[in-house]
Amino acid sequence: MSRDGGSPDPRDPALRVEALEALLREKGFLDSAQVDAIVRHYEEEVGPLNGAKVVARAWTDPAYKQRLLADGTAAIAELGFGGPQGEYIVVLENTPRVHNVVVCTLCSCYPWPVLGLPPAWYKSPAYRSRVVREPRAVLREMGLELPGEVEVRVWDSSSEVRYLVLPERPAGTQALSEEALSRLVTRDAMIGTGRPCAGGDTSGG
Amino acid sequence: MNGLHDMGGMHGFGRVEVEAGEPVFHTRWEARVFGMSLLAGLRLPGSIDERRHGLERLDPVTYLRDGYYGRWLARLEQDLLEHGVLRPGELRGRLAGERAAAALLPALPAPLRTASHPFLRPQDRPPAFRVGDAVRTRNHQPPGHTRLAAYTRTRRGAVARVYPACIFPDSNAHGRGEDPQRVYAVRFEAQELWGEGAEPRSAVYFDCFESYLEPDSPR
Repeated sequence: MSRDGGSPDPRDPALRVEALEALLREKGFLDSAQVDAIVRHYEEEVGPLNGAKVVARAWTDPAYKQRLLADGTAAIAELGFGGPQGEYIVVLENTPRVHNVVVCTLCSCYPWPVLGLPPAWYKSPAYRSRVVREPRAVLREMGLELPGEVEVRVWDSSSEVRYLVLPERPAGTQALSEEALSRLVTRDAMIGTGRPCAGGDTSGG
Repeated sequence: MNGLHDMGGMHGFGRVEVEAGEPVFHTRWEARVFGMSLLAGLRLPGSIDERRHGLERLDPVTYLRDGYYGRWLARLEQDLLEHGVLRPGELRGRLAGERAAAALLPALPAPLRTASHPFLRPQDRPPAFRVGDAVRTRNHQPPGHTRLAAYTRTRRGAVARVYPACIFPDSNAHGRGEDPQRVYAVRFEAQELWGEGAEPRSAVYFDCFESYLEPDSPR
């Protein structure tokens, strides 16, 4: 907290935020239980598992996929997902010839209701500055090597439209149920920096 | 504004560092800032456009040094001060160990909430552009808020998607009204943006408000 054993550093964000919350509480501007509820919602209820359910449904139900590509917001709402930063969602379909990847160079816009809050790398100056200029190099660094014949489309979220990538269904998954398929869908596959994986770890790539 | 936040295409930021098994929040204070910011957004007057511009108005050193939630904290303090919820020096006093009672909350105007969509707005005027139209971005660089990134200015592209009319951030962020405009996803070829060094077979799709665009003759 303090470097010299003297008074604490007022720039220490932990101390600053604690003092700020106490002041706002005393003023009656907010109630800490309301802050707790918001934090819990984004830690426990909203995350890439939501998006994974959308993708798995699209892989198994052609009519749903059609609706999802025509009106992402409405099709996603069918599964019960929506809310702040998800009021107008457009779904981008990856194909053997086209690979989509999403960024927000101006801030860090991200489709919260289907992916949760963005990971640190998505918000980093490195990703924001580079992926528009050298997407193949950035994806390669992140472990995704794209064949030369595949076209890369980078979507910069500069308006209130939020983009979600619909990855290709992995080969050899015909026997899997929708629920099992959803466990293959990674967060990064839905941003476009990774692929669905057989490991079933939806937290990352 | 031509600020550090407008990062698309900049050099020098190094590798993209990915943290395995990253938590939603790294520290308790990040979580509290997030929650308090969302609540403040509901309680205080002001739009998301004003709040985005609040981040852009932070001094450049703070912007880069403090990271994502550090910026949110700086903006939250700025917002609370500007609306009189915090008095100047009040937080500093509390941090210095003063035990003065918190200053009373000023009477806040009720935030303007309408039943309509948060940003989509009806628009009678037909779209100025259609899918496939050749367009060029204007040399639009206002000192205030804009969602036209520097790297896309004065570039040629083609309209790929036409979206409904939305609140125009450049106007709304400064209390000059909603001025709803259609939004177009415009496809810019990588070489048009990055010149000879561009990667092959790649393009950027950038959402442009209608007034950012002018017609261009097909090449």
